Amino acid sequence: MSCHATGIVDLPTTPRIAGQLRTVALIGPPNSGKSTLFNRLTGLRQKVANYPGVTVEQHFGKMAGIRRPDLTLIDLPGIYSLDSYSEDARVAVDVLQGNMPGSPQVDAVLLVLDSLHLQRQLMLAAPVLALKLPTLLLLNMSDLMEARGGAVDTLALAQELGVPVAKISAARGEGLEAIPRFLKQRGDREQAESLPAAPTRLELPVIGNARSYRQWATGVSTRTRYKAPLSPEWTRRLDRWLLGRVTGPMIFLLVVISVFQVVFSLGLPFSDWSQNGLNALGDLLGRHLHPAWLESLLIDGIWKGVASVLIFLPQILLLFLFIGILEDTGYLARAALIADRVMRLIGLNGKAFIPLLSAYACAVPAIMATRTIENKRDRFATILVAPFMTCSARLPIYLLVIAAFIPNKPLLGDFFGLQAAVMLGLYVLGFLAALFTARLLKSSVLKASSAPFILELPQYRVPTLHALGHRLLDRGTVFLKQAGTIILAVTIALWVLCHVPFHAGGFPELAHSVVGRVGQWIEPVIRPLGFNWKIGIGLLSSIIAREVIVGTLGTLYGSDPATQAVGLQQALRHDLTLGGAMALVVFFAFAMQCTSTLAVVRRETNSWGWPAIQFVYMTILAYVAAFATNVLVTRFFS
Amino acid sequence: MLALNQLAVGAAAIIHELRLPESVEHHLMHMGFSPEARVVAVRRAPAGDPTVYAIDGMEIALRKETARGILVQLIPVQPGAVQSVNSAPGRPSHKASA
Repeated sequence: MSCHATGIVDLPTTPRIAGQLRTVALIGPPNSGKSTLFNRLTGLRQKVANYPGVTVEQHFGKMAGIRRPDLTLIDLPGIYSLDSYSEDARVAVDVLQGNMPGSPQVDAVLLVLDSLHLQRQLMLAAPVLALKLPTLLLLNMSDLMEARGGAVDTLALAQELGVPVAKISAARGEGLEAIPRFLKQRGDREQAESLPAAPTRLELPVIGNARSYRQWATGVSTRTRYKAPLSPEWTRRLDRWLLGRVTGPMIFLLVVISVFQVVFSLGLPFSDWSQNGLNALGDLLGRHLHPAWLESLLIDGIWKGVASVLIFLPQILLLFLFIGILEDTGYLARAALIADRVMRLIGLNGKAFIPLLSAYACAVPAIMATRTIENKRDRFATILVAPFMTCSARLPIYLLVIAAFIPNKPLLGDFFGLQAAVMLGLYVLGFLAALFTARLLKSSVLKASSAPFILELPQYRVPTLHALGHRLLDRGTVFLKQAGTIILAVTIALWVLCHVPFHAGGFPELAHSVVGRVGQWIEPVIRPLGFNWKIGIGLLSSIIAREVIVGTLGTLYGSDPATQAVGLQQALRHDLTLGGAMALVVFFAFAMQCTSTLAVVRRETNSWGWPAIQFVYMTILAYVAAFATNVLVTRFFS
Repeated sequence: MLALNQLAVGAAAIIHELRLPESVEHHLMHMGFSPEARVVAVRRAPAGDPTVYAIDGMEIALRKETARGILVQLIPVQPGAVQSVNSAPGRPSHKASA
């Protein structure tokens, strides 16, 4: 009957026996500590997927934390109401009513409310109870409530609502024994098929009317003698500094620089280090493999493919650790508040600031971080705009071309020269493209929806290692499984195309492979940009990742880029005009050359359409801009 | 009667009416911004907008364009009384300073 023998976390798919308790739903408002409770109840036995057709994530797990691994727990998105205005609420209602394809029938509900703000949170209780599913009401953070002078008559509350009520503290793990007790009673009761008439004064308000919910909630809290706890002084006091007119932005800048610094100077070297390590390991293993073609397939293709996925992990985990700390302490909301005014000029909202900033290191974790933006259209706009931020993968080709074609002329004394100016110019170009695209999107396809900017400022609190750890595990697994598979597949496919067709029983030269032939074939198309067929091959091979072009050019021009950088520069100078070189870097500033980004966009938007549109749009933009650059530079500088 | 965005920082008011698109009204009401609720303007963001309001024991930031659609009635401040943010009308207020 139950599959607790294995460690598999899967939704029950076998036909449901009437009356059996198998699936429990966890529901509650945002900031009620629901996630902490979910982690406690399921431990590491969790899984993430997407509900079909929407971008809402499906979190579920087995209730191993209370020794009931036979039961599935579905963590519904945090919602304030069951009104159909938000996608999250629609998904929650569908799951609870059994109308969500792929989601099993819900047998019982755990309703989590934050007892620090019980009066208002009861507004969610009304529609949830109206669904008439067996429900256990959990008053979370009750330790904090009582410590701060709050109180409520739980017995009266249980009688008012007609459901069992328990005070818990998910963060401390207190009071949780009420849950297995409820579930056991539930299971037994269904088997016994007897329902003792619960004496209840439950009179639900008019369903769907927010004002009547509020009146009902006020009535219930009055009759249960709910006394709201005093809000802690230190949140207000801290906000005087963190949101002060002068101190606020100063501290914000400090935090922003730290995020940037940490990801850029810690995450990237760690990525490079792990990349070098994996490559070296690959070479070591390769030496033991015969024949040569097998070695090339396994090492150059598959191993390098796996490595290219794994090297993102340090950056992703580091960024999410940082964001996790900012979010769990409560500071992230303050940062969004400070950034909002500026972000609004672009057409985005304050919550997009940190993701866009981290895109300067790498767009992949940045796009995953847009989860904090609840407004779907703002989130999509941020996702589509993030790749324009000059990511670190563009630097190798920028540096190569600038060193080869731009003289080292000082502009502002020794401090700032022509080369740095061109580099800065490229950064600015990327930023302007992001601005332009965001404005374009927000005034057409993703016009501001009716969801207004409403930001809750939670109390400050100390983050727990437990919660941070779970978050890292969650995001890391999501990336590896759902984006990693696509990246790996494309890397291997490109390897194949670079190594066929066979030439005299061996691998062809790059110029004679499928990729090489296509590169030569598209030469007429890229000639107006000042490119030749070798650049064409470089562009094709770097569709996977931007930094690949340096290695490809090295191969094509017959020199090893690592040891003969000067040689490659000379070869380029010989082969390209200044116009073509500038067009090349401009092309890289605007083009989408990163399958990892496309894979993550596909995952976060749950569609193939958006990454496709992004790819086409950025390619066209890159082509036009490169063409204009070539024409202008040739005209004015040759 | 004034719009919420006109409420001075530190002043308290009672919400009278919401004049916003229906979905926005619903969202706000579920966050606590419903008629007869007591709201205090706590502070403005360093750039001047959005503004942080205290309602129902929670702090929520709203942009000017949204606050403009919420009509409130100013609560006259009694001399010597301390502004509290935790009380709802008809319930004993706690002497917590804003």
